[in-house]
Amino acid sequence: MNLTLKIWRQKGPQEKGQMVEYKVTDISEHMSFLEMMDVLNESLVAKNEVPIAFDHDCREGICGMCSLHINGEAHGPDRGITTCQLHMRTFKDGDTIYIEPWRAKAFPVIKDLIVDRTAFERIQQAGGYISVNTSGNTQDANAIPISKRNADLSMDAAACIGCGACVASCKNSSAMLFVSAKVSQFALLPQGKIEAADRVRNMVKQMDEEGFGNCTNTGACEVECPKGISLENIARMNREYLKASII
Amino acid sequence: MSGFLSSSIARKVAMALSALFLIFFLIIHLAVNITSLFSEDLFNELSHFMGTNSLVQFALQPVLIFGVVFHFVMGFVLELKNRKARNIKYTKFNGAASASWMSRNMAISGGVILIFIVIHFIDFWIPEINHKYVEFLPEDPTRYFGELQHKFMSPVKVGIYVVAFVLLALHLLHGFQSAFQSIGFNNKYTKCVKNLGVIYSIVIPLGFIIIALYHHFNH
Repeated sequence: MNLTLKIWRQKGPQEKGQMVEYKVTDISEHMSFLEMMDVLNESLVAKNEVPIAFDHDCREGICGMCSLHINGEAHGPDRGITTCQLHMRTFKDGDTIYIEPWRAKAFPVIKDLIVDRTAFERIQQAGGYISVNTSGNTQDANAIPISKRNADLSMDAAACIGCGACVASCKNSSAMLFVSAKVSQFALLPQGKIEAADRVRNMVKQMDEEGFGNCTNTGACEVECPKGISLENIARMNREYLKASII
Repeated sequence: MSGFLSSSIARKVAMALSALFLIFFLIIHLAVNITSLFSEDLFNELSHFMGTNSLVQFALQPVLIFGVVFHFVMGFVLELKNRKARNIKYTKFNGAASASWMSRNMAISGGVILIFIVIHFIDFWIPEINHKYVEFLPEDPTRYFGELQHKFMSPVKVGIYVVAFVLLALHLLHGFQSAFQSIGFNNKYTKCVKNLGVIYSIVIPLGFIIIALYHHFNH
């Protein structure tokens, strides 16, 4: 298939960017979206032009690196997938595809389609962990009884790969789904209870300091999340935060 | 505590609590107004009670005014803050693919409702305050029904009224269930809350619209 691509090009964090049009031809419908981008980049290199910078790593939907906003949606039009899992069969011959980086003040563009997501790392560092003494006498985690329901809910929350699609798809650029998944995965387990109050307070504080917007419960984050992280986690974080701050 | 009050979650919870208070108030307001459809005397009696009872006038009314003002001011402050959180807009943003129009446009529906409330205050509340506390006119317990009918004589006013309540319905279709989510209520009863929210969002505004149209065509 032959496609017209409108892609955000920006030389550096301080440079002014713009949408640039490219034509790609003979794209197979069996290609992944990123393979199509590879084909485009090969053609740019062959013409002595600077290839388009975009994040990618595992290309298996696990690492959370790929992060393209395609035709107005985070990770493109399909549901429950990352950009690397998007295939060209989703598009039709002659289509025009808009490709942009995640847009949020807290995710500044580094180059072209790559954004700086270290805000997520700082939120994690503020409390997304449990303190375990690894002296060699560490208790086996399986020795602590955990209900099947809570273990499953915690695992579901832990499926978050921190790609940032929730922020990218939210009209407010809110990071509540990401932070709530990280809070929930620990809050649901006995190992996470000890530091629960400090964790939620510190992570929410860091989230607010990073400049993310406020959640208005539109639910766009849940729909666009490649890992199906539920809005229930946001409600749980709200409860955890109120409990930690008032009681 | 100061950190808590300025946090995004505290603001969200405050919005939700003021919304739940206003949702409750609308039920009371409609319950009083709907009596005007079948009993002039009962409507006058209830309106007289609401207009002269000290608890309603000097305790509940200020709380209501605070609730309304707080909800609007906080709503617009958060909207402005949220817009700043995306300093460069997308060239193409397909918001409809993942969220309802209602949820994405609460500021628009809220803005229309605000305009309506200003008109409503000028129309009903200011003359009422003027009557009771400025000019100290003699109290007539039978005046309310006639005043209500008089207000709904103008087709323009009724038109504004209908449009505002359609926007209120759209606001509530997202706002009702959103308020519960914000206070952390998301469990096995959530589906029930969502269904209740849809019923409430249609029935309450429709009730107000029927009252306006009834008095417009039957005065």
